Amino acid sequence: MEEIQSLIQGFGVALSFKNLALMFLGIILGVIIGVLPGLGGANGVAILLPLTFSMAQTEGGQTSAIILLSCIYWGALFGGAITSILFNIPGEPWSVATTFDGYPLAQKGRAGHALTAAFTSSFIGAFVAVIVITFLSPIIASFALEFGPAEFFSVYLLTFCAFVGMSKEPPFKTIAAMMMGFALAAVGTDPVTGTLRLTFGSVHMLNGFDFLIAVIGLFGIGEILLTLEEGLAFKGASAKLNLRAVMETWRELPRYWLTSLRSSAVGCFMGIVPGGATPASFMAYGVARRFSRDGEKFGTGQVEGVVAPETAAHAAGTSALLPMLTLGVPGSPTAAVLLGGLLIWGLQPGPLLFVEQKDFVWGLIASMYLGNIAGLIVVLTCVPLFAAILRIPFSVIAPIIIVICSIGAFTVHNSLFDVWIMVVFGVAGYFFKKLAYPLAPMVLAIVLGDRAEASFRQAILGSQGDMLVFFENGLVGSITSLALFLLLLPLLARVVARLRGR
Amino acid sequence: MAEQSGERPAFRYKTAELGMAGLFLVLGAIVIFDSVRLGARWDENGPQPGYFPFYLGLLVCLASAVNFALGLRLRGERNRPFVGVQQLKLVLAVLVPSAVFAGLIGWLGIYVSAILYVGYFMRVLGAYAWWKLAAVALGNSTVFFLIFEMWFKIPLPKGPLERLLGLD
Repeated sequence: MEEIQSLIQGFGVALSFKNLALMFLGIILGVIIGVLPGLGGANGVAILLPLTFSMAQTEGGQTSAIILLSCIYWGALFGGAITSILFNIPGEPWSVATTFDGYPLAQKGRAGHALTAAFTSSFIGAFVAVIVITFLSPIIASFALEFGPAEFFSVYLLTFCAFVGMSKEPPFKTIAAMMMGFALAAVGTDPVTGTLRLTFGSVHMLNGFDFLIAVIGLFGIGEILLTLEEGLAFKGASAKLNLRAVMETWRELPRYWLTSLRSSAVGCFMGIVPGGATPASFMAYGVARRFSRDGEKFGTGQVEGVVAPETAAHAAGTSALLPMLTLGVPGSPTAAVLLGGLLIWGLQPGPLLFVEQKDFVWGLIASMYLGNIAGLIVVLTCVPLFAAILRIPFSVIAPIIIVICSIGAFTVHNSLFDVWIMVVFGVAGYFFKKLAYPLAPMVLAIVLGDRAEASFRQAILGSQGDMLVFFENGLVGSITSLALFLLLLPLLARVVARLRGR
Repeated sequence: MAEQSGERPAFRYKTAELGMAGLFLVLGAIVIFDSVRLGARWDENGPQPGYFPFYLGLLVCLASAVNFALGLRLRGERNRPFVGVQQLKLVLAVLVPSAVFAGLIGWLGIYVSAILYVGYFMRVLGAYAWWKLAAVALGNSTVFFLIFEMWFKIPLPKGPLERLLGLD
């Protein structure tokens, strides 16, 4: 078992005092980010990314930096559940499904039980996903070492077609948003010939649009504007979490082992195929409601109805790092931001990472185990503190968050122009959200645009423009076919529904 | 939400859908235009720089045309209010000062702009007493100054006040 050996080495890296401290710092920051409106996993990590630039230049600093940032991500995943259960406000989109049963539980005075169930199942979902990452990623990475440009492009194609086929947003809006993302990525210098594209003579556009700016604007400013519409007051249940509630819930939880298992499977699948945590949590909730003996009682405050979406959301959020590490294709916007971090620190995500940066990869994987344990401890003990943050009035916290977003946008390239672009992206994010234009594929397109284009051009250059290169052999052919199948899935579903309707 | 509060809508979904699809069409057309200018075909070196963006622009336009057509079909019940007048006022009351804040940074520096912005926000939206908003606004900028300039040594934009105090 080579993986076990590498993992033990990884623990050796992650278990230094500095890395453990960063882990707890990351988790706490992450939970705060997850609780605050307008700050979430993706833009929280994006804002803090520039702070790691100098850290990553020291010996072993890249590992410390990724541990800090990934723990912020885990913390944000945990934090979303707190606001959903106590305030009926999903702090993160993936915790919307948690409100269905979590908030009724809190109203019945069982907030402690709901929180314990949410945190524990989050932990279990993440744990299953980390085990999957541990054993599956070396296999995928060694497999992907053989990939040529055609194979890489077909994987990108699969990623983006999966968004069209699996997201709940209208397919043509998904395509429009995604292609706009690619077009934004194409702005600036053409990576192959060095020609300037789509800059229209503006100096500011020379380097193109940085996706970090887009993430901060779309998710941060856009979210604040949306929150404003829904009113400024937060009314919440009290956040008491005593040992008795924890113990009672832990005794109850083993009953739902099958739900946990199913939700973990749904989550891991949706995370690796980039569906993301949000649809995974809804899907797991639906599946649990259908299969549970208490299915009809879902929505009235069932612990099982909290277990299912939380397990799936964490499993998906965690396993989204698998394709990011092995193929360089992130499964979620936050994974995309982490990938951006890797690139900035001078690491090349993809299969070679497992050969050339063993310490980094296995340190990160080991930190996922430890980070989730740390996360569980932090959230179980500090819930009242985090809930208190939500009691800060919106008119105080909102401007501070916008200032933080602006500082984050500025520090990416030390450019004021980026702050203005962030505001523009914020307005776009507000309209996109309301009109059901999906943000995740757009962000991923901005991140992957240059590399998708490069692999596409290399592939068709090799074949002299013959598109059949994407069906050249069994491997690339089956990935491309699967991608096209997913792309046409909404159409097929419509045809089937219409035939049945007759 | 607007429909629950029974508030007068500022505009409806149809307008918003058509506006967004129209904007995408224009942007897609710009991409196509520039790609054709750069060359979107093959030459002896392979695909020209505009080859890939050309198809991106084309797909943006095609998808937006469908969205535009779908938007045109929104009628009656399905054409819900997009945003109420009061809601829109609230959104603009945040958005406009935020844009002004972003504009002021280059002139006053980020710390002074943030003091003005946080203070304005708390005064207008929260109706806080002067001493409270002064405390929060000054405290906020001081904390950020300590974090970025002292701890992480990341210089942020500064203006005349910092130069006066000799902090720049």
